[in-house]
Amino acid sequence: MKLKKNIATSESGFIFNPATGDSYSANPVGSDIILLMKDNKSIAEIKKNITSKYDVDDSQFDKDYDDLLAQLRDNNLLEH
Amino acid sequence: MAKLKYERPVIKKLNAGLMNKFGTRTEFEPVKHIDGVAVKSLIEKYGSPVFVISERQMRRNYQNAVRSFKTRYPKVQFAWSYKTNYINAVCNVFHQEGSWGEVVSGFEYNKALRNGVPGNKIIFNGPDKSEQDLRDAIKNDSLIHIDHFDELYSLISLCETINAKPRVAIRVNMDTGIYPMWDRFGFNYENGSAWNAIQKIIGSGKLRLVGLHSHIGTFMLAPSAYSVAASKLCDLMWHCKNQHNLQLQYIDLGGGFPSQNTLKGSYLPGTDTVPSIDEFAEAITTTILNFGFKTEELPLLILETGRALIDDAGYLLGSVLANKRLADGRRATIMDFGVNIMFTSFWYDHKISPAQDFTHHTEDQVVYGPLCMNIDCIRESVSLPLLNRGDHVVVHKVGAYNMTQWMQFIAMRPNVVMIDMEQTPHLIRRAEKLDDIVSLEEMPAYLKKIDLK
Ligand SMILES: Cc1ncc(COP(=O)(O)O)c(C=O)c1O
Repeated sequence: MKLKKNIATSESGFIFNPATGDSYSANPVGSDIILLMKDNKSIAEIKKNITSKYDVDDSQFDKDYDDLLAQLRDNNLLEH
Repeated sequence: MAKLKYERPVIKKLNAGLMNKFGTRTEFEPVKHIDGVAVKSLIEKYGSPVFVISERQMRRNYQNAVRSFKTRYPKVQFAWSYKTNYINAVCNVFHQEGSWGEVVSGFEYNKALRNGVPGNKIIFNGPDKSEQDLRDAIKNDSLIHIDHFDELYSLISLCETINAKPRVAIRVNMDTGIYPMWDRFGFNYENGSAWNAIQKIIGSGKLRLVGLHSHIGTFMLAPSAYSVAASKLCDLMWHCKNQHNLQLQYIDLGGGFPSQNTLKGSYLPGTDTVPSIDEFAEAITTTILNFGFKTEELPLLILETGRALIDDAGYLLGSVLANKRLADGRRATIMDFGVNIMFTSFWYDHKISPAQDFTHHTEDQVVYGPLCMNIDCIRESVSLPLLNRGDHVVVHKVGAYNMTQWMQFIAMRPNVVMIDMEQTPHLIRRAEKLDDIVSLEEMPAYLKKIDLK
């Protein structure tokens, strides 16, 4: 699952889609994941990174990661 | 190195400057304590969900309401509306403060007697008083508020068989400029049936007419409606005096003052729109004082205020069971409490606060209860901080009607706790158990045995 190429992201969680002009804000966990996605990290790498930085177990992460993808998809921020 | 506090990842679209349909966000602070007692410890000790009532807030509300009226009018009496919340400990806080009891059924009547309310300080309202109820009320010298002609005639014939002359009032309904008009209770003022009932009572010689009652509606937002009601009751009282030389003792204006909850569909929160008790007191008392009674003939003013005295003293503490996304992308949070114990979520957009720290990120969401029913929706759309499974929430202003209209559906009704003036919690109604429910059931012998092996 990849972010669309032209999506702009910032460390502070700001996301901008130049194709539509829509902007979004992400919370810190969301923003970390999106930056890792933008760096083309694998799911395993993203998971390792987040679960070591934040107080969350693997199964909670899996569920929430899927949920974040659904949010990105709903907002047309993912490659088809 | 300690790990950072985790929060579910979310993104939120920024629509600069636009009010969205989820309204403005109001949940700015976590509510970790109620009257100094930690929400966490209450849930640990009493389970989740649990109702919590603040005795301090109840007494404060009562004393404020009494002050509003007594600083404007010499003779005022409150009567606690049992149906609003008839847990005995709740009733007794108000009785300790000086409130009489107002009941609408034999069940409530006996509850009030058992709480130690003297019979002559109980007002018996409602369309459904059995013959036994009437006999008890007569024996105890309670104030019987007659609702309809059938009741009036049966009371008269009852009094022909026993040697008693009970104290009665009639309930009057009327046009106060608020629609829909509540005309199904009592006798109508405009069409003359109230006056007709009064003549029947006086003519019978069997009953002592001592007062007039009205309850014009509930969650009334217009103090002016009470001016109209008060002046119509004063008018009837005046006629009793002039035409029958009968001096009535009291006017009872019922309940109906709003609490500060937000009615569904209103744009602004209740805290910004609801008139204060002072405004109602001003409207009512100036009407009576200006009506033209002599000072010694001024009626006792009785009020049966319910929700305005208890709503904001009640909280429901609960926990998040799950988060979901709906097919249309909306976020849904499932709580461990549903409309079975929060009947008022059909009327109000109840404020919900998280009970632990959260970040400034919020999500627009639907809040559901745990019942397997589509109607089990606590908030259709609310902006809340991100809640995780197991997080606790506090629902505000649930003290009125929920603990009487709750349903035993699928699950047991939870514990109810009162926090006293010294910040000590007391269990005032324990959670139901399976045995409580099944002890009411009977199994026909031929159904006792089942064999599914
Ligand atoms: C006769 C009567 N009195 C008092 C009340 C209390 O009303 P509220 O809670 O609106 O003050 C009610 C409620 O329906 C009522 O029917």
